[in-house]
Amino acid sequence: MPATIQISIRSPVALPPLSSPQWKSPIRAFAWGMSSVASTVLTLVLFATYLGIGALAHDSHFSLGWVLGSTLLVWAGPAQIILISTLGSGATAVQAAIAVTVSAIRLFPMVVSVLPLMKTPQTKRRHLVLVTHFIAVTLWVECYRLLPKVPRERRIAFTHGLGCGLLSVCMVATTLGYGLAANLPPLFAAAILLLTPLAFLLSTARNCRQISDVLALVLGIALFPLVSMLHTGVDILISGVTAGTIAYGVHWWRERGRA
Amino acid sequence: MSEFFGSPHALLILVLAGFLPNEVWRMAGLWFGAGVDEGSEVLVWVRAVATAILAGVIAQILVQPPGALAGVPDWLRYGAVAAGFAVFMLTRRSIFAGVVCGEIVLLAGKWWLG
Repeated sequence: MPATIQISIRSPVALPPLSSPQWKSPIRAFAWGMSSVASTVLTLVLFATYLGIGALAHDSHFSLGWVLGSTLLVWAGPAQIILISTLGSGATAVQAAIAVTVSAIRLFPMVVSVLPLMKTPQTKRRHLVLVTHFIAVTLWVECYRLLPKVPRERRIAFTHGLGCGLLSVCMVATTLGYGLAANLPPLFAAAILLLTPLAFLLSTARNCRQISDVLALVLGIALFPLVSMLHTGVDILISGVTAGTIAYGVHWWRERGRA
Repeated sequence: MSEFFGSPHALLILVLAGFLPNEVWRMAGLWFGAGVDEGSEVLVWVRAVATAILAGVIAQILVQPPGALAGVPDWLRYGAVAAGFAVFMLTRRSIFAGVVCGEIVLLAGKWWLG
């Protein structure tokens, strides 16, 4: 097993050149999107995270169909962990909904920033609905990495493939985790919960393009513990918008100095 | 079938408390994002805010850890992530090496603490 993992990381799936006639077929573009799942270690991270989510759902007495439904419909690891653990601890549906809504705010700027990479002048909003549903951290960072290698008019088909591939892997992992729950060692739970911050940090760091991204990451981490002392309920939103805006301000100021 | 999915009530809660709170933000993003140009300066700001909010999510899990992670001492959580990040930088940004190293530090630390 480690050998195959090693190979898939060292030699990611080679996409044909942008000018290749092979890109003419949307179905092929979809298939390349799906096989690109094998080109990223984040797939393994998602797999392990969803093992954990399946196990958590089992231990919190949810049905298998319910947790599979949550993977399909919610499609955001941290939101599912919050949903299952708040409902499982006896909180009301309203309390759970509020906690999940706050955690999901990050999806808004992620969608806004990645959709312009996929559209052509002919693209209608309805063509982007499924892509939008697939957007979560992993797809967001992988789109920045992979889409420049895909011709613009095939990017939606490619992303549909990538999204379906990642979702399939996670559905399998959710089922396995649900079945294995009773046999997983307790240390495993802590290790899986650490995967989310670790993988989010490293994939966001790899995704940094400009000084504003680096600053946003550093300031965002530094500001949250300070803002969280205010206990506003939307601490993440306050620290995120503040850190992001300062980072953008620095970028703007440097660009102006250069012009 | 009803055994597989559980009660209709549980499914309703999944839709209302799980699906809709996420989908509302995604569809709002679709509404705004579909009108923005790729080269637009606004996107630099939106990307920075998205990155900073993610950074907040990372910090929140580390500072206010959920579930079993709360049983790991603070220094070990921070140390594991710092070690993972250091290895990531040393290996020319290999996420794989960074994640594996962070996890090894966590597991070794927990094992050593008993």
